[in-house]
Amino acid sequence: MTAEMNKMGTVDNGNVSKSKLHGLWALTNRELKKWYQQPFVFIMGIIQPILWLALLGKAMNISAMFTSTALPQLPQLNPPLTPGQALTLGQYFSGFSSSIMSSTFNTADYFSFMSMSMVAFTTVFTTAFVGMSVVWDRRLGFMNKVLSTPVSRSAIILSKVFAASVRAIFQSLIVTAIAFALGLQTGSNFSAFSLFGIFAIVFLISMGLASFFTALTLRSTRMEMPQAIFQLITLPLMFASSAYFPIKLMPDWLQAIANVNPLSYTIDAVRRLMVYSDGFGPLPLDFAYVGIFAVVVTAICVVLSWRYLNK
Amino acid sequence: MSENDVIKVEGLTKVFNHSLVAVDHIDFSVKQGEIFGFLGPNGAGKTTTINMLITIMKPTEGHASILGGDIAKQSTDVRGAIGVVPQEYTADEDLTGMENILLCADLYGISRSLSKKRALDLLQLVELTAFKDKRVQTFSGGMRRRLELACGLINRPKVLFLDEPTLGLDVQTRAATWNYVKMLKKEFGMTLFLTTHYLEEADALCDRIAIIDHGKIIVTGTPTELKDSLGGDIITLAVQKDEDITGLIRKVEHVKEVKKENGSYTIKSSSGELTAPLIIEALRKNGHVVTKLSLTKPTLNEVYLMYTGKSMRDAEESREGVMQQRMAMRRAHR
Repeated sequence: MTAEMNKMGTVDNGNVSKSKLHGLWALTNRELKKWYQQPFVFIMGIIQPILWLALLGKAMNISAMFTSTALPQLPQLNPPLTPGQALTLGQYFSGFSSSIMSSTFNTADYFSFMSMSMVAFTTVFTTAFVGMSVVWDRRLGFMNKVLSTPVSRSAIILSKVFAASVRAIFQSLIVTAIAFALGLQTGSNFSAFSLFGIFAIVFLISMGLASFFTALTLRSTRMEMPQAIFQLITLPLMFASSAYFPIKLMPDWLQAIANVNPLSYTIDAVRRLMVYSDGFGPLPLDFAYVGIFAVVVTAICVVLSWRYLNK
Repeated sequence: MSENDVIKVEGLTKVFNHSLVAVDHIDFSVKQGEIFGFLGPNGAGKTTTINMLITIMKPTEGHASILGGDIAKQSTDVRGAIGVVPQEYTADEDLTGMENILLCADLYGISRSLSKKRALDLLQLVELTAFKDKRVQTFSGGMRRRLELACGLINRPKVLFLDEPTLGLDVQTRAATWNYVKMLKKEFGMTLFLTTHYLEEADALCDRIAIIDHGKIIVTGTPTELKDSLGGDIITLAVQKDEDITGLIRKVEHVKEVKKENGSYTIKSSSGELTAPLIIEALRKNGHVVTKLSLTKPTLNEVYLMYTGKSMRDAEESREGVMQQRMAMRRAHR
């Protein structure tokens, strides 16, 4: 505050906070209130993962493809197998299905593989809506009001990002609970601490994604903009990752994309904590990759907000 | 500009997309404890000016300072010292009245113990105490406007900016809002900067007015000064006999100018009420019978007409025409 400003008799607000991030909690709390005080939105947020898991997760019953009942009628062998030969062959193929599932998906069944990618999937959905909330605040004039107060531009952006992270963590908890209810088979890596691991990786990826979607809509006042971005980005983001299919079986060009997609690392971390049984080997890499993504994208978004939130 | 100026503006300009000049090199100053009004039609540059002063829009050229703080270099300090009541209803509909005010307090970094007390005082001031725990979506337009006012006052600003404070309000609520504005000046010695396109609002509230059109300040002065600049009250009269009485009227006290047009006389006087009976008496003594007489006090509309060459209504209509033209051009380019 300049000497002249004091001389002119500026405000005396009493215990005014000098923190650079004052207002961050107030704005985050506003975002969260708008979420949990709206029963419809709140319940829809819970129903959506149930639908994904129950319908898609259970419909894609890939392990059933490798059972004897899935095979068409085989031609009779001539001469027919002796009972001893048939028994040996039966024993040979009895573990065939689980062996294929294990080598392809690293899980006992496809549901266990796919359900954990739903944790990342709901995070993408939750964070994509942050862009709409930015545009909405602009259209209603709320953004201008906040911008005319001494609250920092970083706090405005970070409140959106943190609120999305809290929502995403809650959604991930719901998805995991539903997956358990629908028959998730945990691997030997699983323990009570796995849940904290999931919360941590979901926090990081949602920070990165929410910042990404926010940065793209910083200057927009049209609702079509975040919707178009959402439609353009979400599907490639999901399909060019290990969400539905292992990366190692994808064509080379798609593998190249999936290997830089932060969602692949998020999904790998969640599966490794919950359903895999072959140790925690790449887990530090997963966390490091997603962590760096989160920090870099959030930093870029904050820097852009200094420049572009003002008109 | 003097030491006592709370707002100082020099050559402030805003150009959009390198071509649309919304505010064009304006200069003005606002004294401490003054209600200063920006009067002009929609699209004249009022809101753009206010947005630059409250530091949410960067000027293309020029300087402005509020309470000594430069709006570009010390924007955070300026934001902390001013209050803003925007044109739109910006309160969050999903929150209650109280929650909205407390949110504003948090944005100014005011401690919770202090902000709760202040919020209750402000709710009482704007007569919303009974509705403090109701969600804003249940509020009427007038209640929302009052809530915006309460939010704008939470940091006890020395300067309050009001952008079209009574836009879309009914007559009763408008009068109530005027009373709040007057009270803020009287009770708290607050400096107020408001924009309006209502002539009667500028006349009733403002100590000084700047008429703005096409981004330029046309004239600045007190409402009385501006009205007086028209040359005083206007008396129009006609007499029975077709005889030139211009010389007779000119001799009457307070008469400044007399014109004869189409058989009737237009007389400018510094005081119409005093002059009219004197003129009738002078004419009667000289054997003239007055057949028609009217007295017009100058209004800001006439001031506006004189300085811009068009009435406010014409300006609004031509502005609408321009807006429609622009929208049509945009559609054509899609």
